[in-house]
Amino acid sequence: MANPIEQFEIEKKIPLEIAGIDVSFTNSSMWMVFVVIALTVFLVGGTRKGSVVPGRWQVMLELSYSFIANLIRDNVGKEGKQYFPFIFTLFFFVLGLNLAGMLPYSFTVTSHIAFNFALAMLIFVGVTIIGFVKNGFGYLRLFAPAGLPLWLLPLIILIELISYCTRPISLAVRLFANMMAGHIMMKVFAGFIVSMAAAGAIGMVGAIAPFTINVLLTGLETLIAVLQAYVFTILTCIYLNDAMHPSH
Amino acid sequence: MELEAAKMIGAGIATLALAGIGIGLGNVFGSYLSGALRNPAAADKQRPNMMLAFALVEATGLFALLIAFLILNS
Repeated sequence: MANPIEQFEIEKKIPLEIAGIDVSFTNSSMWMVFVVIALTVFLVGGTRKGSVVPGRWQVMLELSYSFIANLIRDNVGKEGKQYFPFIFTLFFFVLGLNLAGMLPYSFTVTSHIAFNFALAMLIFVGVTIIGFVKNGFGYLRLFAPAGLPLWLLPLIILIELISYCTRPISLAVRLFANMMAGHIMMKVFAGFIVSMAAAGAIGMVGAIAPFTINVLLTGLETLIAVLQAYVFTILTCIYLNDAMHPSH
Repeated sequence: MELEAAKMIGAGIATLALAGIGIGLGNVFGSYLSGALRNPAAADKQRPNMMLAFALVEATGLFALLIAFLILNS
């Protein structure tokens, strides 16, 4: 029977090597391209007509626009509007990758920590640069909350510094662990179905139980896929908010 | 072989974090429900926050799973 970890294996579709660095086109890159194509079709197709009374497709686009716009307004404030394209892209890219992983025989790009960590590091470095550009050295106020007794300050600064530096790790690992654990769980229950059904007629009847659980798990996993994309985005917004308004 | 056994035990112990996650998840949904029943009008607005808290708590549990995997496979 197949190993539940096997689904995360990276295969080289087009082997490529530039200056000794492996830059092959893998199944991971392939699914990223698929998601980008699907998103482009979704966005370009919806805005093709641009009518005042929107059709079904355009309504979906307008709802996604206002969803992200509200998210940014609630969490970052009015100044966050200029980062709308980035947040929108981030949410729909991660959401697309998560949902693409739910398709049978597909590959979940977000279940690899290399991808997630690169994304989280991009956000972390970008937010830090934004913070310093917007506030100058006033950004360091983030680490020292106002109105604190002086003797407590070194300890608090240390704690805040550590919690700031672990942000990319927790951001990446959260998404990675959720996607990986969910997909392993589904494959484990699928394995139960196969091994029970192989045991004969009684096993066939018994296999209904893991099958039911797997159907429910598919629903849960779809929820988790959407939720984790949302959490990833909202945490980015919260970090961005810290960069815009560093005083607690 | 003893190292192997110790790894298994360690991975098992790492799943103890689930106790905390159980408490946390119960707290999230319990608090939401008790708040929602007191003031049903405000319940819908807080549902995204509840889901966010649910996802954050659940992710913490998965960190423990990750540790268990790291112990098993290192």
